[in-house]
Amino acid sequence: MINLTIDGKSIEVAEGTTVLEAAKQLGIKIPTLCHDDRLKPFGACRLCIVEIAGMPKPVTSCTTPATAGMSVQTQSARLYRLRKTTVELLLSDHPNDCMTCIGTGECVLQELAYQYGIRENRFAGAMREHKRVDHNPFITRDQNKCVMCGLCVRVCDEVQGIGAIGYAERGFEAKVIPPFGHDLDCVFCGQCISVCPTGALSGSIWSGKPRMEGVKFTDTTCTYCGCGCNITLRSHGDQVIRVESKSDNHNRGWLCVKGRFGFDFINSTDRLTTPLIRREKGGHFEKATWDEALDHIAKKFNEIKEKNGPDALAGLSSARCTNEENYLFQKLFRAGIGTNNVDHCARY
Amino acid sequence: MSSEIIVNVCMGTGGIAAGGDLVMEEFTKQFEAAGIENATVKEKCKLHKVGCRGFCARDVLVDVNVDGAVSTYQYIQPEMVSRLIQDHVVGGRPVKEWLVGDDYHTFHDNQTKIVLGDLGKINPESINDYLGVDGYKAAEKALTTMTPAEVIATVKESGLRGRGGGGFPTGLKWSFCAANKSDQYYIICNADEGDPGAFMDRSVVEGNPHAVIEGMIIGAYAIGASIGYVYIRAEYPLAVDRLHMALKAAKEHGYLGEKLFGTDFNFKIKVKLGAGAFVCGEETALIASIEGERGMPRAKPPFPANKGLWGKPTIINNVETFANLPHILNKGAAWYASIGSEKSKGTKVIALTGKIRNTGLIEIPMGMPLKDIIFNIGGGIEGNRLFKAVQTGGPSGGCIPQQHIDLPVDYEGLASVGSMMGSGGMVVLDETDCMVNISKFFLEFTQSESCGKCVPCRIGTKRLLEILTRITEGEGKEGDIELLQELAEDVRDSSLCGLGMSAPNPVLSTIKYFRHEYEAHIKNKKCPAKVCNKLLTFFIREDMCVGCGMCLRACPVNAISGEKKMPHKVDNNLCIQCGSCFDACKFSAVLKE
Repeated sequence: MINLTIDGKSIEVAEGTTVLEAAKQLGIKIPTLCHDDRLKPFGACRLCIVEIAGMPKPVTSCTTPATAGMSVQTQSARLYRLRKTTVELLLSDHPNDCMTCIGTGECVLQELAYQYGIRENRFAGAMREHKRVDHNPFITRDQNKCVMCGLCVRVCDEVQGIGAIGYAERGFEAKVIPPFGHDLDCVFCGQCISVCPTGALSGSIWSGKPRMEGVKFTDTTCTYCGCGCNITLRSHGDQVIRVESKSDNHNRGWLCVKGRFGFDFINSTDRLTTPLIRREKGGHFEKATWDEALDHIAKKFNEIKEKNGPDALAGLSSARCTNEENYLFQKLFRAGIGTNNVDHCARY
Repeated sequence: MSSEIIVNVCMGTGGIAAGGDLVMEEFTKQFEAAGIENATVKEKCKLHKVGCRGFCARDVLVDVNVDGAVSTYQYIQPEMVSRLIQDHVVGGRPVKEWLVGDDYHTFHDNQTKIVLGDLGKINPESINDYLGVDGYKAAEKALTTMTPAEVIATVKESGLRGRGGGGFPTGLKWSFCAANKSDQYYIICNADEGDPGAFMDRSVVEGNPHAVIEGMIIGAYAIGASIGYVYIRAEYPLAVDRLHMALKAAKEHGYLGEKLFGTDFNFKIKVKLGAGAFVCGEETALIASIEGERGMPRAKPPFPANKGLWGKPTIINNVETFANLPHILNKGAAWYASIGSEKSKGTKVIALTGKIRNTGLIEIPMGMPLKDIIFNIGGGIEGNRLFKAVQTGGPSGGCIPQQHIDLPVDYEGLASVGSMMGSGGMVVLDETDCMVNISKFFLEFTQSESCGKCVPCRIGTKRLLEILTRITEGEGKEGDIELLQELAEDVRDSSLCGLGMSAPNPVLSTIKYFRHEYEAHIKNKKCPAKVCNKLLTFFIREDMCVGCGMCLRACPVNAISGEKKMPHKVDNNLCIQCGSCFDACKFSAVLKE
């Protein structure tokens, strides 16, 4: 264990802990833009700089490991000035369109601009002019809003293992793009969207839907597979408008393309709300009650079993059911009907 | 005729560009020719290609050595070869009018050559030439008679500091690396020289590649590295070729590979070509590049000495640092420490360029006063104009004005006036250079070479450049100087790597010493050095103009009028101050003010 002091408060942390993590343990908030606890430190945004006794220049707390006896200062006039300049520089190359931006209300840059009270910008100058090139149905990129924090690149590489995007160009023109600037061609998990601190990356299906006003957040579980990822539904009225996941749950906030984007079935007009029975050969499906449907199934099953034996029947269940439901389903087939012909898409 | 004759032709990149390969070819051809054979000179006459000796402005340089008496010729072209052979090689009479002058000797005699000592003397493509100057003796001594700790101690005692720019004590860095417990250590030679106008490392690799390899063997032994890398720019094709040649020869002679010098020490060197990103000279970006990633710097700590290439302890030293090591091991730490100043030991190779008479590559003992470099070695300012400043350390350095002309050139001296040693670039500026424009030039470079990772460097240098640009275009505003200073300080203090931290140096140092020039641009809308065209008025002197019409044809906006053979005129309402007329006039009739 290592002892150090941060803003005069002492703390003991495990070896390998960064100064930023140690400060967090003390409840000291240091501004960050390119940091995510779940990803490797990057040190690009320069907002988490702190002063450490004995070091000539401020260092980034996200990359600096705590060492014994270290004395850290997280707030000072000098640090304030440097952080403010950094935010101001970012804003000098950022479209000032928070009114219509999809990221409003959740944008880290917007919050920083507010905290540092930046209205006039000393550094107003040329701005990047990227064209939008996306033709996929999931991810919308607005690169003029990109702050080059590298979170999307890192999550794609470190978590998803895809590496669909990387950096290109140098200097002011540096940008994050898929190889050769082609259209995005990946698994569309949307992990990158979930870590983007601004409105540079967003879900295409969120566009035009409510952002914060009147939006209800409901924590629930994704039903797509046995992983059971924790998700939070954003709904407005009776419509689910977005699916996201909090980073402090068992799936650490990561979702797949289905969990994140595949929710249009919820309000789909094609969705079945009652059982349907085809009462005679060649006839149409007709609405039925559950009792009626289940009686019908039981009657037919019994007929088949009597005529051809239990192995003439097979059951296919779904990974979208809960564990308990799937357990009962196989019980029904093995013990109730008497066959081992039972399976589902994630296997028993 | 029984004399022993050696002819050396400079075949560095500079020499070849001036026609060195053609001169070499001509010598070969003519030596084959009957005249030489009849004179029975051939078997006693050796023709050598040698590396750069520093004075590239005088290329092609050729030495004719008759029984040890060396005559050096300058500006030699292929058609001059036959006379050289007839008169000097065969006739024994040097061609006096082609010999170098006194300034050539002043240029060389005021230098102290350690790293450049064998350049221009030995054939870089021949390992035997290197062995002839005690090559690989130092490596043998280190591996067979010293422990790694003793090698590190010797390098520490010598006072050698990193020649790539940082100036960190080499022995100390090695000891940090060796102190780590690891199953693998790496040693990397940084030959990714990128400063505009700098060619120290290129010349050393081209002129004496074995010295660099030997230095790497010594370093590898000291820290226990079995694998080394040379990270070299692909834009240095000759250096890359000669390096490959030298590596092959060293391997064949058993200086690389397994069980070196009969010990259990194994060491091999791989070559990694850099694709031309300036930032890859920064050690963590260089490591990322070797690993196959985009060359982007990583935060330090952890330092490469603890966690470098593939996460293993790694030492990165510059070409010049490595090339010093054989000499330190051969002649001893005390000898090396006796050269130089109190805290900066040894010599420094410097690329001397700009408005100076003798441009080229020089090597000086640390601590030599700036004025000795400029006025003795450099021969003073070109065209008898007034010295204004010297820019040291490349785009990361600063401008040092006249008042500091006595400054000792070493790490501390340069840092004390807001500049730096850097890798050793020195650009001399005279009264015709605009300091705001110089500052803008370096910012253009650093901005376009920023990797874009951190905010202050990516956007900050862009904004600095924008402000400088508007000042040079007459759009400067009250408060711009203060804004430049504030932003420059913030970029310096909050950038991630050395590129961003040092990029503002040219701005800060020019404001410090030449604030009046900034003020003249902003307040008076004048460029005192008459460089910034947008702030100049162009006109034609009637008494000088012959009416040739060159300016009229050069003007892109038809602002010049005049009859043939009659004085022309500039219409300043139409003029866009592009300066084309000034460049076009052969009679100095176009003036700008």
